[in-house]
Amino acid sequence: MADIHSVIGTKNKKGQTYTDTWKMMNEAPRTPSFYTGSEVIKEALRRASCDVMIAYPITPQSEAAALIGELFAEGYIGDYFRGESEFAVMSQCAGAAFGGARVFTTTAGPGTMRAMENFPMWSGARLPIQMIVTCRGINSPLSIQPDTLEIAYLLNTGMLVWHAETAQDFFDWILKGYMVSEEPDVHLPLALCCDGFFVTHTKDVVNLTPADMCLPPYDPYRSPVPCMDMECPPVRMMRDPFVMKSNYISYATHASWQQEIWAAVERSRKHSIHWLNGLIDTENTDAEIMIVASGTAVSQGREAIRLLEDEGVRCGLVKLKTLRPWPEEEIREATKNAKHIFVPEFNVTGWLAKEIKATIPNHERVHAGPHVCGGMTMPPEIIVSEIKTALGMKTFSLAGRGS
Amino acid sequence: MSKERIQISEDLYDIMPSDYQDLVKSATYGKEDRGWKDIGTSKELIEQHSLCAGCPESMAFRYILASLPNPEDTVMVGSTGCTSLVFPMVAVHNIHSLFGNQNAIASGLKRALSVRFPGRVKDVVVLAGDGATVDIGLDMTLQAWFRQEKFTTICFDNELYANTGGQESGLMQKGFVAKMAPVGKLFDKVRLPEIARESGCHYVVNCTVSKPSLVEKVIRNAVHIAREIGPTYLQLYTPCILEIGKNSMEGLQEMRDSEKPTERFAYKEYVSEPAKQLLAELAAKDKERKAAAKQLAGQVSA
Repeated sequence: MADIHSVIGTKNKKGQTYTDTWKMMNEAPRTPSFYTGSEVIKEALRRASCDVMIAYPITPQSEAAALIGELFAEGYIGDYFRGESEFAVMSQCAGAAFGGARVFTTTAGPGTMRAMENFPMWSGARLPIQMIVTCRGINSPLSIQPDTLEIAYLLNTGMLVWHAETAQDFFDWILKGYMVSEEPDVHLPLALCCDGFFVTHTKDVVNLTPADMCLPPYDPYRSPVPCMDMECPPVRMMRDPFVMKSNYISYATHASWQQEIWAAVERSRKHSIHWLNGLIDTENTDAEIMIVASGTAVSQGREAIRLLEDEGVRCGLVKLKTLRPWPEEEIREATKNAKHIFVPEFNVTGWLAKEIKATIPNHERVHAGPHVCGGMTMPPEIIVSEIKTALGMKTFSLAGRGS
Repeated sequence: MSKERIQISEDLYDIMPSDYQDLVKSATYGKEDRGWKDIGTSKELIEQHSLCAGCPESMAFRYILASLPNPEDTVMVGSTGCTSLVFPMVAVHNIHSLFGNQNAIASGLKRALSVRFPGRVKDVVVLAGDGATVDIGLDMTLQAWFRQEKFTTICFDNELYANTGGQESGLMQKGFVAKMAPVGKLFDKVRLPEIARESGCHYVVNCTVSKPSLVEKVIRNAVHIAREIGPTYLQLYTPCILEIGKNSMEGLQEMRDSEKPTERFAYKEYVSEPAKQLLAELAAKDKERKAAAKQLAGQVSA
């Protein structure tokens, strides 16, 4: 029940009604719309009651970042500007979040890497910034093509890391993401990742919530740390600056704060389960062969399952929605019947397969692959081929594989 | 505004820390002509500091905090360096995040405060060392000025990296022998005040902190101009007595020696036309206010 201080039911300056997020996401009518992923990001932001968005051009997120500028011009965003580099942008986002704003930004590939110093700072300062990561190659020579290697670098920053498969995931998770991020017992930034181009630059039917409904505004006073707005001035910020102390109290403070950040990541689990309807989705978990994947590799896995079914091979699927929090128990449970676990990935190192191997018993069941990287697509046939080869089944030759 | 946001519930008064009681009793929040003369007679906004004995930076800190025109609605942004050892003890909200990103933090912060508190004054003041301002953070320093972000940037120029032990910095004098400049610095002291002017700052001052009344004046001007017009920049010489081989008592003399007319910290000021107009208006208002107060005092005594 809304209390008398609640803004639920009132209108913002654009005439949108602040709506209970659960009702907006789960009960309000949806309109099917045919949009690119970038346009979907814009439509989610239109409904996000976002205070500050800071932009910087880098393919493949430039379009989304510019479209949000149009929203600002229309009056849907409190403030918007182009920063001078991703490092600066992420610091500007931090400044805005320190000042109590709901903050949004987007980045990709080398931009994510350039900004990296900011991410542990964001989580350490408990800033619930949302950052869209439209993954692309970070290798040299220069590449702008899809590649998910950058996600590996985000996994230990203390940020929440979610990996969207489709534009529909994107739309829903941008809005739900703020609900999880801004919980007082979480209050951490969210890296909402997708595979660049495959999601950002393709059109898909996405069911949108009504444009005249928006999220309740962010309340910075529900933060576990003070909002830096001088509305409640400090006598002093702390007794002694820990940075200059080399003593046990200093070490204990830093250690316990790091532990607290990761405890907050863990506490996000219950909220993420609530909003995302579980940290994973599954199909055919009774099958002896399972594909475990995140992002668009899930879509390709689904196609591979259909192809294998035609040949009489039964195969199951685990779609990971969150990577931080890591769905450890869920993966163990979903793969307990599997004799073979395949992890298709859009990167060269296979970071997801390594995470899964570290999670489940009898990890020799994990086949780390197939891998594509550098912008290559992942036809379902190569997943089928990988599975059949591992099972000792005859498989057709794939061009260029020399088999 | 003044102290309304920090009042203590009567029932809890006796269990609040004495620092807090002092803040409510004798801090100069809301006092219109607060300034350096309040130091020692009111609750100062810097409780203690952990800098070296006699460090000019500690003097500068006190003068600045005593002179902020609106501390109850001022948020400060620092950076890594000796200043980051002092900030935790300062009684205004202040942010330390990374090394060199202070003007980027301040840009986002100022905009967020403008969105959240339309029609209310919320000043943002950056205070960082010369390494943070001119070397690692130069890009963000300049870009904030190009964008005409409405906050004040103060650089404590000690002409080297003090906190890491005296390495060469861009604001170091040419020829100075230091760590990482083993044969002497090979290029001139970066002329940031001139660059600040060309980059769009509306008020630029280059001086030392030897005279508290001067520090008070330039701080007030810089904050008022930043609030109303656009970016302002103060470069204040706060010598690192440790690294230039001076004793605790010699900091003041070092500053006096360096501010002589031919020296590198001779007082230099640039004020843009709109800023000049604003300062004239503020001076006129101030005069009016003082005259009214004098008249009132005359009536009371008569």
